[in-house]
Amino acid sequence: MTGTGFDLDRLLNTLAAWALALLWVLPLAYAVWTAFHPAAFEARFELLAPLTLDNFEKASNAAPFARYFLNTFLLVSLILAGQFFLCTLAAFAFARFEFPGRTFLFTLVLLQLLVMPDILMVENYQTMRLLNLVDTIPAIALPYIASGFGIFLLRQTFMTIPRELDEAARVEGASFLGVLWKVYIPLAKPTYLAYGLVSVSHHWNNFLWPLIVTNSVDTRPVTVGLSIFSAIDSGVEWSVINAATLMTSGPLLIAFLLFQRQFVQSFMRAGIK
Amino acid sequence: MRDFTFKRDWIYGWLLLLPALVFLFAFTHIPAVTTFLNSFFSTPRGRRPAKFIGVDNYERMLGDPVFWKVLWNNLWYALGTIPVSVGLAIVMALWVNEKLTGRSFVRMAYFTPTVLPLIAVANIWMFFYTPGFGLVDQITGALFGWPASNYLGNPDTALNAIIVVTIWKEAGFFMIFYLAALQAIPVTLKEAAQIEGAGRWTIFWRITFPLLMPTTLFVCVNAVINSFRLVDHIFILTDGGPDNASALLLFYIYEVAFRFWETAYGATLTVALLVLLSLLAIGQFFFFDRKVHYK
Repeated sequence: MTGTGFDLDRLLNTLAAWALALLWVLPLAYAVWTAFHPAAFEARFELLAPLTLDNFEKASNAAPFARYFLNTFLLVSLILAGQFFLCTLAAFAFARFEFPGRTFLFTLVLLQLLVMPDILMVENYQTMRLLNLVDTIPAIALPYIASGFGIFLLRQTFMTIPRELDEAARVEGASFLGVLWKVYIPLAKPTYLAYGLVSVSHHWNNFLWPLIVTNSVDTRPVTVGLSIFSAIDSGVEWSVINAATLMTSGPLLIAFLLFQRQFVQSFMRAGIK
Repeated sequence: MRDFTFKRDWIYGWLLLLPALVFLFAFTHIPAVTTFLNSFFSTPRGRRPAKFIGVDNYERMLGDPVFWKVLWNNLWYALGTIPVSVGLAIVMALWVNEKLTGRSFVRMAYFTPTVLPLIAVANIWMFFYTPGFGLVDQITGALFGWPASNYLGNPDTALNAIIVVTIWKEAGFFMIFYLAALQAIPVTLKEAAQIEGAGRWTIFWRITFPLLMPTTLFVCVNAVINSFRLVDHIFILTDGGPDNASALLLFYIYEVAFRFWETAYGATLTVALLVLLSLLAIGQFFFFDRKVHYK
């Protein structure tokens, strides 16, 4: 008796989960549909509608997306390299060194989880003007490279590494930087991977600050490029805009579909405190 | 000897921290302070430098109907997005955590919006909302015979339309945190409750949900910050309109500072945002469990 009841319950749950999942992929599926079909089929769903890549071609001819991609690529690489370097050193200091002001400084670092650089855009823009960096890729990157989140995450990981390993390396004559390089960083690899994925996907998608601080084709990342492209609403067909949209999210989307498990685990790892 | 190593530790610690702190101070702490200071000055224009004007900017803000409008919108946006996306996230996580047919597809479907740029998301939804032609109208037209409606162009529905997009984008992201928390709950707890004859509903409310509380706190803090931070899609979908019906505080700060170039007033609005965020953060820690913290 209870057996059938349980199965019904399970069936209903499965159905509901699937219904929600279908609802959730619908917008994306729809964008894919319009992007790969001629404009005539934008709102007509026929199984045998002809497939085409024209929309992608039109989109890439209408705006310098290749340059935007290069800018985004440079941007996320710069941010990631800076974050790994600065956050590793800071996290190591917080995890393994005793010094006056440690708690206070750590609180200041955590404060950045609340007060993100985007919120301070008015002042940060003035700073970039002073530094004469407006409309450069470093200007987009600099506010993010000392990441409170990254420091926190690496500190938590470093603190789980047994001190005996540390001491063993020191006995063998390694300096403290040598210990960091040979013991801590290799053991924290999963955290670096997790943080790297979260950081790249975050900054690939970032929009507001890049919008403010860039004003030329040579510096704009894809998100800003896309917004400008789709803002010219007169004349550009929806199917072309959708093609451009898919193109800009494409690399991340494909990476996500290929490495789904790693992505999900990374976000999980980054979320566990 | 011991004293010496202690001192050396100090130097190493400070030196290791130095590069990160320079950037942290330059782009977070110092700007926060100068934002506060600048809010007491006028906006410098051309040759006219900024001059001290006391609380004039604050008086202007309190008398600015658009400020109250966007604040109210922001409250509504937070209330509209947070409970629904957190609730959905829990349900999604519970489903995906079970042995469901096609689980990996379902999980992928929930999580995919998270990796899309909010700008791209806005473009996709823009077409959904197109009056008459868009999918939303086509579906409501076919099912209920509703006439074509301009969801984004109508002041009554513009913000709600944006809330729907935000929920779609955020729920899957929060699901991940719940999924991690669910997997950390020992199966034995659930089995023990089942032996005692507890139903699924009781198990959820008595065991699972309380154990998820730290995650809920974490997710809620994130969701609150996001409700002030996520404004990208507004640029595409409505540009704050019609008549500021869908403008949020951060979007208004952008408009004031970078479209009207009133940087001093922009700084004043930023101070308001910072105060609001701090109050909310403090409030949440007291409202939820004081023992749950980040250490």
